[in-house]
Amino acid sequence: MTDQKKVVEILLSVYKVLDENKEFLTDLDNVIGDGDHGINMARGFAEIEKQADALVGKDIGNILKTVGMTLVSKVGGSSGPLYGTAFMKAGMTIGAKTEIDMNDFLGALEVAIEGVKARGKSTTGEKTMLDAMVPALDAMKAAAADDADTKAIFDAGIKAAEAGVEYTKEIIATKGRASYVGERSIGHQDPGATSFTLILTEISKAY
Amino acid sequence: MVGIVIVSHSERLAESVVDLTKMMADGANIAAAGGLEDGTFGTSYERIKAAVDAVYSEDGVIVLMDMGSAVMTTEMVLEEYDDSRIRMVDAPLVESAVVASVSAMCGSDLETILEEIEEAKGEPKF
Repeated sequence: MTDQKKVVEILLSVYKVLDENKEFLTDLDNVIGDGDHGINMARGFAEIEKQADALVGKDIGNILKTVGMTLVSKVGGSSGPLYGTAFMKAGMTIGAKTEIDMNDFLGALEVAIEGVKARGKSTTGEKTMLDAMVPALDAMKAAAADDADTKAIFDAGIKAAEAGVEYTKEIIATKGRASYVGERSIGHQDPGATSFTLILTEISKAY
Repeated sequence: MVGIVIVSHSERLAESVVDLTKMMADGANIAAAGGLEDGTFGTSYERIKAAVDAVYSEDGVIVLMDMGSAVMTTEMVLEEYDDSRIRMVDAPLVESAVVASVSAMCGSDLETILEEIEEAKGEPKF
């Protein structure tokens, strides 16, 4: 089980990994987007770090909703409304719980993905974060159904997300700023799919 | 008078669109929500909210945006208000800003201005 304290610890380590990778993510975004993804995500999570002490006292649903609202108001690029919606929807699903398990996590991730699809009016195959998120969730659900342990479930998700990132290199962007780059986006991986994979990998390290 | 909000990734672009409308509709109830608080490019949830608040009345508000996160962030601001008199419009930013500000100055209501923007969308430039 994962309590509020651990959720906040995970959020802080997610901030750390996004901050360490902000140049990398921004470089990816420079090629096919507007070059702000890494800086924006790091700025959003830096605000969350400032609120960490206050977050620990909230239930997990409220922690995630606060994270979502913070990302919406501080990020400034598309990742703000997209990741913001994802965290807010996840928070609504988890609600007043103070402890969550893998089933809660997978349920929240599913609703978060639906939120991203609705907010971005997007689906898989359009060279977006969804190309990592959707296969990761499917793989984790399949592993959970096979009674795999937590580590094996995360490993399956990370492997699928990484394959999703590789897949974004092969396809043309049809959503977001990268769609203006069109066919020239082939060969380049999607920054949003990459940041999701970094986040999922970081979450898994807590288990 | 119906209020108008111009949302852009660029502070200067949003403010310039507002300035441009003054050529034909000086006195329209229009506000800019461009860029981020630190002066960089992006769309700010707080700035959009402040601009909507600044021009809001019972006559309603029309929000015009450039693209991408400007659209999604506006959508989230409007979800928070949950007020059918605040409407975002999918239309070219500059032309719609001029159409809307002139019409609003002439006293048109929200639905009329929305129709006029729709009509203007179909007008080729040449």
